[in-house]
Amino acid sequence: MTAPDQNTDVDRRALIKSAVGLATVTLAPGVTLYAFGVEAASAPVTSAKRWGMLIDINKCPPGCDLCVTACQQENGWKSTGHPSTDAQWIRKVTLRDPETGKTREAPAMCQHCATPPCVDVCPTGASFKRADGIVLVDKHICIGCRYCMMACPYKARSFVHEEIDDQKTVAPRGKGTVESCTFCVDRVDAGRIPACVESCGVKGGAAMIFGDLNDPNSEIRKAVSAMATTQIRADLGLDPGVRYRNL
Amino acid sequence: MAKLKFQTLNRQSQSFWLLIFFHVALVAIGLSAALYMEEHGHIVTGMSNQIVWGLPHVFAVFLIVAASGALNVASVSSVFNKLAYKPYARLSGILAIALLLGGLAVLVLDLGRPDRLFVAVFNNNFKSIFAWNIYLYSGFIAIVGAYLFVMMDRQVSKSTVAGKAMGWLAFVWRLILTTGTGSIFGFLIAREAYDSAIMAPLFIASSFLYGLAFTVLVLAMMSSQTLSDLMPDEMVEKFSGLLVIFALATVYFTVVQHLTKLYSASHRDVEDFLLRDGGVYPVMFWLGQIAIGTIAPLAILYMRGKALSPRMALTSAAVLFLIGGLAQMYVIIIGGQAFPLKIFPGEKVSSSFFDGGIATYTPSIPEALLGISGVSLAMLIVAFALRLLPFLPQGAPRQS
Repeated sequence: MTAPDQNTDVDRRALIKSAVGLATVTLAPGVTLYAFGVEAASAPVTSAKRWGMLIDINKCPPGCDLCVTACQQENGWKSTGHPSTDAQWIRKVTLRDPETGKTREAPAMCQHCATPPCVDVCPTGASFKRADGIVLVDKHICIGCRYCMMACPYKARSFVHEEIDDQKTVAPRGKGTVESCTFCVDRVDAGRIPACVESCGVKGGAAMIFGDLNDPNSEIRKAVSAMATTQIRADLGLDPGVRYRNL
Repeated sequence: MAKLKFQTLNRQSQSFWLLIFFHVALVAIGLSAALYMEEHGHIVTGMSNQIVWGLPHVFAVFLIVAASGALNVASVSSVFNKLAYKPYARLSGILAIALLLGGLAVLVLDLGRPDRLFVAVFNNNFKSIFAWNIYLYSGFIAIVGAYLFVMMDRQVSKSTVAGKAMGWLAFVWRLILTTGTGSIFGFLIAREAYDSAIMAPLFIASSFLYGLAFTVLVLAMMSSQTLSDLMPDEMVEKFSGLLVIFALATVYFTVVQHLTKLYSASHRDVEDFLLRDGGVYPVMFWLGQIAIGTIAPLAILYMRGKALSPRMALTSAAVLFLIGGLAQMYVIIIGGQAFPLKIFPGEKVSSSFFDGGIATYTPSIPEALLGISGVSLAMLIVAFALRLLPFLPQGAPRQS
């Protein structure tokens, strides 16, 4: 058995890093497509990181659904013509202040709570939170009891009501199980940002920032430190990883 | 006290076999409905991403709550030393197990992946009240089974200590079990209709009511089958009195639950929805639970011995209490979900995912059949058990 060629690995890694750096420079003003470096792909998931998202509602144009379509393309969920049972991992919610009539729109999805009720109530442990704060469903042990859907204050979860075809390899789905936004965990583990954030940054209003809330040098940490942000239903004390600005 | 005598169900009339055939057919149809739902997915039900628990849950929770209450008669006899109830203790135990199995069958068959039932056995998250319930339910069946053994075994039944100990254990266990069932809803902080510690005592009070109503109806049915009077006048009076107390307790907790929420400005809209503006749900509440399920049977029981024969009054009231119980579960389970979550409090919201809207729900035939078949399964188990072993008292029970 021959030893792996360490040099080749190092060279390949260096090359990818350079390419990532180049992509960052080329696409970037305000948009960081490859924010975390390729080390993330092989690094173990630890609580040193807390992935989070900041959404600036003032930069979220009415009628724009780039984040939604990007999520659909990335994760393979789509309309089947049954609106009440169709899965929606992210949607645009229209908010209207009943007193003033002021209207705006906000993307809503799994808020990746620090103390997620969906995880607490799941009888099998299929709903779980990774050490880095990403809340997921283990499709292998979800029994489809839907208790997590009853418990989620954000209506973030969908139940797969019918047979699914044409699935994406990065987002396996199954009839009779529950699913929700994964923060595009496969992309994050590969050092990339979620599809919605990428799409919003490249073609939309650049309303979304994704990053490590624990890293004092991250763009998101600097942003949430510098400006007032809101966690929706903060009164419930769940400490969502998604924050909103100008809500 | 004279030695109590028990009997198996030996005589079966044509009406009995018709009833058995009816229940077998319903169970078969219910199983077919479950297979149909499993094959096609929940798209063939009325459930959605808004109403995630539908009619099967209404029946399942109703039966599970009734199961713990059905054990009440046995508890009264052994824990509280009321000897008049002793002849019914065995029936009470087997009925409790049967109702629980009926409810659990519906609950399991309504899962998105019922084939993964064993996953739930081997993967437990003990922070989940659902996971606790897996042990509370299976423990209940084991404990009540052992309790029945202690009551029925020729040797062991001679020990009053064993009977008393098992009676206490079963009684405490059933209180914890119903607390667990109520807490499935009580622990849901996100849903304004639930999120209250009162759900547990409410469910306990309701369980006494439904459980005794089921017990009374089985006794009435078996009286006609065995051609003997299983409920003498004295017991008709006692059961009637208990039903009145349990109905009033259920109403009390229901009133306190709604008043507490009405008092809070933030919860007034959900109460307006459930009690006044919510279409089918206020109708279910006022007409189903309160008028048909509480006031009418209480009035009937009040008139027993006056305009109505006590026996007829008791059985009619029991039927109405059960109808009211189903209505109560429907309002709690479906109504509580139909009212939208307040994700952005203070804002009027709308989206393609039905945010801010009242959810609609029309049960499909398969899910209705699955739910109803749970009752039939419970009744079949009871009938089979009564045929197999002497659970029924013989003739009129006597008291020293």
